[in-house]
Amino acid sequence: MHELSIVMSIVELASAQASHHDAAVIEEIELDIGCLSGIEMDSFDFAWKQAVKRTILENARRTVNRIEGRALCLDCNTDFTMEHLYDGCPNCGSHLSQIRSGKELKLRSLVLPD
Amino acid sequence: MCATCGCGPNSHHHDHSHDHTHETSPGKKVVDVEQDILLENNLLAQRNRGFFEGRNILAINLVSSPGSGKTSLLERTLTDLKGELGFAVIEGDQQTANDADRIHATGTKVTQINTGKGCHLDAHMVLHAVQGMKLQADSVLFIENVGNLVCPAMFDLGEQERVVVISVTEGEDKPIKYPDMFHSSTLCVINKTDLLPYVKFNVEKAKEYARKVNPRLEIIELSCTSGEGMDQWYEWLKSKVLQPV
Repeated sequence: MHELSIVMSIVELASAQASHHDAAVIEEIELDIGCLSGIEMDSFDFAWKQAVKRTILENARRTVNRIEGRALCLDCNTDFTMEHLYDGCPNCGSHLSQIRSGKELKLRSLVLPD
Repeated sequence: MCATCGCGPNSHHHDHSHDHTHETSPGKKVVDVEQDILLENNLLAQRNRGFFEGRNILAINLVSSPGSGKTSLLERTLTDLKGELGFAVIEGDQQTANDADRIHATGTKVTQINTGKGCHLDAHMVLHAVQGMKLQADSVLFIENVGNLVCPAMFDLGEQERVVVISVTEGEDKPIKYPDMFHSSTLCVINKTDLLPYVKFNVEKAKEYARKVNPRLEIIELSCTSGEGMDQWYEWLKSKVLQPV
């Protein structure tokens, strides 16, 4: 249940940003969570409901961009969709690959009252 | 408040990235934050890493599911290599100091971190544990993480090497069931090989799965009980220790 720690980090980061901008409330929050980032979305949603209670994010509208996992095969240079970390290259079968996207775990933006 | 990292009962941070704001609709503004959610942990991890490098301390993060034999591997290693290498240990468990007691019995310096309800160690906990330890230069620090093959994968502690331990009493498909941990590790130890005659564990299949997730992963098969394969583990360990110049 590391998702709870992640949500708590988000609350901390977002609160710091809001106080920097003198905002008492966050209206919207946008997150990038890659499909290979190790976040289980059901657990994340569950943790979110609990962890944002009585925080500045309690009533914020949340948008999560799920970033597709993509990797580059280091043997044949094929760029492919990686659904699981153990997926091999669809062209040559090699497992030697470099992940190009899908590991994102990022607070992208906030919407605050002006 | 802690003078080192600013943590405290009401900790808040004054450092803010250079964000960018613009108006969307009247009465609202968008703040582009673009910040890594694990930034705080990763910064502290890099700080730990610098501390270890500056003192030529080889920090090893030991991860596994509960019961794979991390503590037994440590007990045997600390006893067998006593006098050859300097060691210290940080033990991570939700509750009890049982593992720290076992390590203490080998005569090694040890600190226990109890995470309470927490399912993993993070860089912040390690930072504070290290502060109280007076670590020797040119030594090896084992950080035994909470027994859990999922959560500790995401948290860099500042270690140089991450060693994942599995045992032959588990399923050989652990590497593909819990790929994040195997993907982020540098060495996989397959423990309890003395039990192979009694269990259905297929070593070759396990290695194949592990290499599918991480082709660069080194793999050592050993038994802490019979001692078989321990030489290979000691060789690996010594190869990672930088000799002082």
